[in-house]
Amino acid sequence: MSEEKTHIVPYKTQIVVLIVLLILTALSVAVTQLEFGSYNTLVAMLLAGAKSVLVLAFFMHLKYEKKLFPVMVAAVMVIFLLVLFVTFFDYSYR
Amino acid sequence: MTDNTRQKQPSFLEYQGRYKGILGWILSTDHKRIGLLYLYTMLFFFSVAAILGILMKTQLLAPGETIMGPQTYNSFFTLHGIIMIFIIVVPGLPAVFGNFFLPIMIGAKDVAFPRLNLLSWWVYIIGILIVLTSQFTGGGPPDTGWTFYAPYSFQTPTNVLPAVFGAFVMGFSSILTGINFVVTIHRLRAPGMSWLKMPLFPWTLYGTAWIQILATPVIGITLLLIVAERMLGIGFFDPALGGDPILYQHLFWIYSHPAVYIMILPAMGVISEIIPVFSKKSIFGYRAIVLSTMAIAFVGYFVWGHHMFTSGMSGRALFTFSFLTFLVAIPSAIKVFNWVATMHKGSLHLHTPFFWAVSFLFVFMVGGLTGLVLGALATNVHLHDTHFVVAHFHFIVFGGTGFAFMGAIHYWFPKMFGRMYDAKWANLGWGIFFIGFLSLYLPMFYLGMMGMPRRYYDYLPEFHGPNILSSLGAWVMISGILIIFANLIRSARSGPRTSEKNPWGGKTLEWQVDTPPTLENYDEIPRVDETPYDYRDYTGIDNPNN
Repeated sequence: MSEEKTHIVPYKTQIVVLIVLLILTALSVAVTQLEFGSYNTLVAMLLAGAKSVLVLAFFMHLKYEKKLFPVMVAAVMVIFLLVLFVTFFDYSYR
Repeated sequence: MTDNTRQKQPSFLEYQGRYKGILGWILSTDHKRIGLLYLYTMLFFFSVAAILGILMKTQLLAPGETIMGPQTYNSFFTLHGIIMIFIIVVPGLPAVFGNFFLPIMIGAKDVAFPRLNLLSWWVYIIGILIVLTSQFTGGGPPDTGWTFYAPYSFQTPTNVLPAVFGAFVMGFSSILTGINFVVTIHRLRAPGMSWLKMPLFPWTLYGTAWIQILATPVIGITLLLIVAERMLGIGFFDPALGGDPILYQHLFWIYSHPAVYIMILPAMGVISEIIPVFSKKSIFGYRAIVLSTMAIAFVGYFVWGHHMFTSGMSGRALFTFSFLTFLVAIPSAIKVFNWVATMHKGSLHLHTPFFWAVSFLFVFMVGGLTGLVLGALATNVHLHDTHFVVAHFHFIVFGGTGFAFMGAIHYWFPKMFGRMYDAKWANLGWGIFFIGFLSLYLPMFYLGMMGMPRRYYDYLPEFHGPNILSSLGAWVMISGILIIFANLIRSARSGPRTSEKNPWGGKTLEWQVDTPPTLENYDEIPRVDETPYDYRDYTGIDNPNN
């Protein structure tokens, strides 16, 4: 709508986020060389989750939106995590 | 606006847009026309799947091969399931009545994204065409059942991949409709209509839309994994490649169990609309129904494992899923208590939609309580993959969604078509259908408990008696369906015209707009300051036209 303000993220922030994302990507590749046993998936998901949060918050402007939108996205993420959690009741104890 | 100028507004049925004839329908972005497009598509495919069903029941009239062999039977139950689940009951009530009535009931002129809405219907049609292609090309119709379980679905030479892909494409249609409804409900509610003044059918559509958005992508991901396994040899599900077939079942049911709630939640919404109108009494426990709707939508994500109790999951997973399954029964039961309490001391009006609503209560409770038998671990082991399961889900899916669909069409028919159906034929059709339904599915509970497995074209001679009753019930039920359809189709074409805005004495907004509604529903967006089911002013004197 016309009355809604658009937020412009400064270049500096964009570049910092990009560098952090690249570091996290390198970290995602690096940790595959380490053996965490049954926590392998957890480590991979944590790194992927951190990258997703950065993309959602800065590149997709969730940080600057009305509170309702971050709450909705967070609710979706909670459901997704719960689905994973319940699934691992099977895989962790089989 | 004066009455004279209002009369010049044509109804959505007569409105002449940019295109004429059939193009005026299949290219229309009017939510009401799109709702009717879904209705006609579904009625056609329901007829096809019902014929497959009746042929299967005829095969089971006697042990041994009567009218078809095992391969044909396997293909028939697969196609029956794919059509009924993916083409009819999953889109079902939201696509037809949600599209038609959601904007009207919240005081909007259309959905938030009308073009996206039309695209949803086209995507749905493309999905149907892909599924149909799987029936007539390559290795022939799939024989896996609608669940496409691994590892058999990877080994059968039949056309499994196109059928799964068709379901995936139809899933996109669901997601688009879900997004459209969520945005419509958030942004287009009439001034004054706060969340707790919204009618219950839109509430259930809201819960359903979230499930559509969040659960449907899982089936898409599963399809991509299947493609990666078949094309690139990466082992996800095939044990020969190091995969896990149970992972397939997890992913399939992570989508398909919430899909059951996609089917049943809008049905609960329809029943919540019908019962207060024909009881002339405010709905009992509006907030409890709203909260239980959202609770069902939420908890419904976490019960998928109860389809897999005998598949070899860990003990802890079994207990967890069984516990969660019992948990989801609570909000469902809350709704039943609310509906019964609404009728208590109400002024009951025995019209056709009300008959469908009360029979819904009966079959839904039978379906729900037998669901608990299946949700308990010990009894599930005995009943898994027997006719008991078939009876249970037909009581829920057909008895729940199907009865609500019939109730909805008889409730909203005069508003949709501006004509009235013949009530005597409608009531007769309901009675025959109800008797046929019970005769068809109740014997299956007994057969399942006695150990008759599902998905076999043959059975032991000791199961003959109940199977005869069940097959005869199928024919009685089909007779009821024929009467209902003939009555509705004839009435839609040449039934007595009505412009009565509110034939049933309803309180929600759709009963304040013209019959049939105009293109944009409202000349002026109404202001809503009251709760939707306030019958405190009911005097006992009805509209003489009722």
